[in-house]
Amino acid sequence: MRRGQIALHGMLAAGGLLMLFPFVWMLLTSFKGVRQMINDPMAWLPDPWVPQNYPEALGKMPFGLAYWNSFYVAVLTVGLTLLTSAMAAYAFARIRFRGSGALFLLFLVTQMVPVQVTIVPLYLVLARLGWVDSHLALIVPAIANPFAVFLLRQFIRAVPLELEEAAKLDGAGRLRIFWSIVLPAIRPGLGALGIIVFLTSWNSFFFPMIFLTSEELFTVPLLLQRFASERGAIDYGLILAASAISVIPTLIAFLIGQKRIINSLAASGLGGR
Amino acid sequence: MAVLTKARSAAVPAAPVKVRTRDGWWAAFFLAPQVAALLAFLLAPLVIAVALAFVQWDGLTEIRWAGLGNFAAQLTSPEFLRAVWNTVKLGLITVPVGLGLAVAIAVGLNSLKGRAANVYRVVYFTPVVTSSVAVALIWQVILASDENGVLNTSLKRWLGVTGPDWLGDPGWVIVAVAIVTIWSSLGLNVVIFLAGLQTIPPQLLEAARIDGAGPWRAFRSVTLPLLSPTVFFSTVVAVISSFQAFDQIYVLVNPEHNEGARTIVYEVWRLGFKEFELGMSSAAALILLVLTLLATLAQFAAQKRLVHYDT
Repeated sequence: MRRGQIALHGMLAAGGLLMLFPFVWMLLTSFKGVRQMINDPMAWLPDPWVPQNYPEALGKMPFGLAYWNSFYVAVLTVGLTLLTSAMAAYAFARIRFRGSGALFLLFLVTQMVPVQVTIVPLYLVLARLGWVDSHLALIVPAIANPFAVFLLRQFIRAVPLELEEAAKLDGAGRLRIFWSIVLPAIRPGLGALGIIVFLTSWNSFFFPMIFLTSEELFTVPLLLQRFASERGAIDYGLILAASAISVIPTLIAFLIGQKRIINSLAASGLGGR
Repeated sequence: MAVLTKARSAAVPAAPVKVRTRDGWWAAFFLAPQVAALLAFLLAPLVIAVALAFVQWDGLTEIRWAGLGNFAAQLTSPEFLRAVWNTVKLGLITVPVGLGLAVAIAVGLNSLKGRAANVYRVVYFTPVVTSSVAVALIWQVILASDENGVLNTSLKRWLGVTGPDWLGDPGWVIVAVAIVTIWSSLGLNVVIFLAGLQTIPPQLLEAARIDGAGPWRAFRSVTLPLLSPTVFFSTVVAVISSFQAFDQIYVLVNPEHNEGARTIVYEVWRLGFKEFELGMSSAAALILLVLTLLATLAQFAAQKRLVHYDT
């Protein structure tokens, strides 16, 4: 048994090293200068250490602005998605109305259509609205999220009806019940969903690539891709410094909230897009 | 209170209670934002996509009826068929290898004693939260065919093997993409399987051991059947997401220069946003949708034989 555990640790640790190696290589290479990349590309450690890659990457591209763009787009997307999907979920879970079943089925069906299938018409719709090359194109269409409605509906159904009945007896209306009873009761669900929606928006590349053309609107992934493709495959140190700039804050946030983040995605990430 | 609720819920399934109009208005109020977004950004585009698939249009000039011409053109175009094959090939590698590895790692983590499992969980999960653009750029350097490609240079130095031109050779590029895809999605599948494994009662494995089953036999006859609903669900999701592959490939390879890396979504994007053949692009997109649905249906058909549901 004991030996089995040691062998298991050995295999899992080897796999773990393979998982981490790309990050380590990114950090090490980001400190290497062009000369070393040409003369001795396989050296593990930078020689000499070239921290200039970082200020250079930061100076050539507006990463600060891109961070702000990514951040506020993600925060707005999360806020609007949580509010509207909780509202819809409440209607499906607690209000009896004609066509409830059919409407729910419609949500189910549309969820199965990948965004890639509708991207061209979506572009036409957003162009008509005048939202192309604006952050509205990233935020508003992302609100339509049947998966979020399903997930929160499950959470609302688990809220004891007694709570709502008691509030009703106290004279609370639908809005009061939704806002002060239901929303607080499904906080774990909202938290998990918020994490999923934030990560999806934060790392999204397809939509920003298609809808944004002005550099001052770029989100971090799009700016990084443009930066790398303009540089070509020569200055790896600089490109990986830029990658590190875009990745490190996310990794720190992940390490701080790892337990909640992993559990959110494990429990409900299957349907997340 | 409880009695009241019980009486109410007991009465519910009996006769369809007449809907009070006030409830209808409240439902409309709560549903309005999601339904409006759904109609405008999911449903309307889908309807437009279907309509566009039957016309010829560049977005500016006159729209001309094309009938089934777009579908016929795509289904006979060598470029589109190659994109379908590339997409299928990617799925055929990433789904079995990725999920197989994830099951193995999850079983390993599940039998670890102590708190080490959580450290591994975090390590394996890290790529999942990393942006696909950064992932692609890092791997671009690792897989490079020149001196900087740490993978090929290591193969050469330690094993004397000359590695392929991962990102340049059309025959190998899907393998490279598959490696990166598996690396970046492994952690998510591991934690999903781990959650599935933790619902298996330890007494069952204990009973199997008492009956003389070795670890492999216990895995095959107890763990795997009980995990099969999770495996099935993950397979469906993995197949769907392999059909949608685009971001990582686009950054990693630049499919414009490498035909081996062109997937269906790349063709949809190229026809729509590069060639301005909106009809062709929509036809390709609908074929993608049909293929996705067929693959999903096939899996649901297969699940009847392969998946064990505990009742």
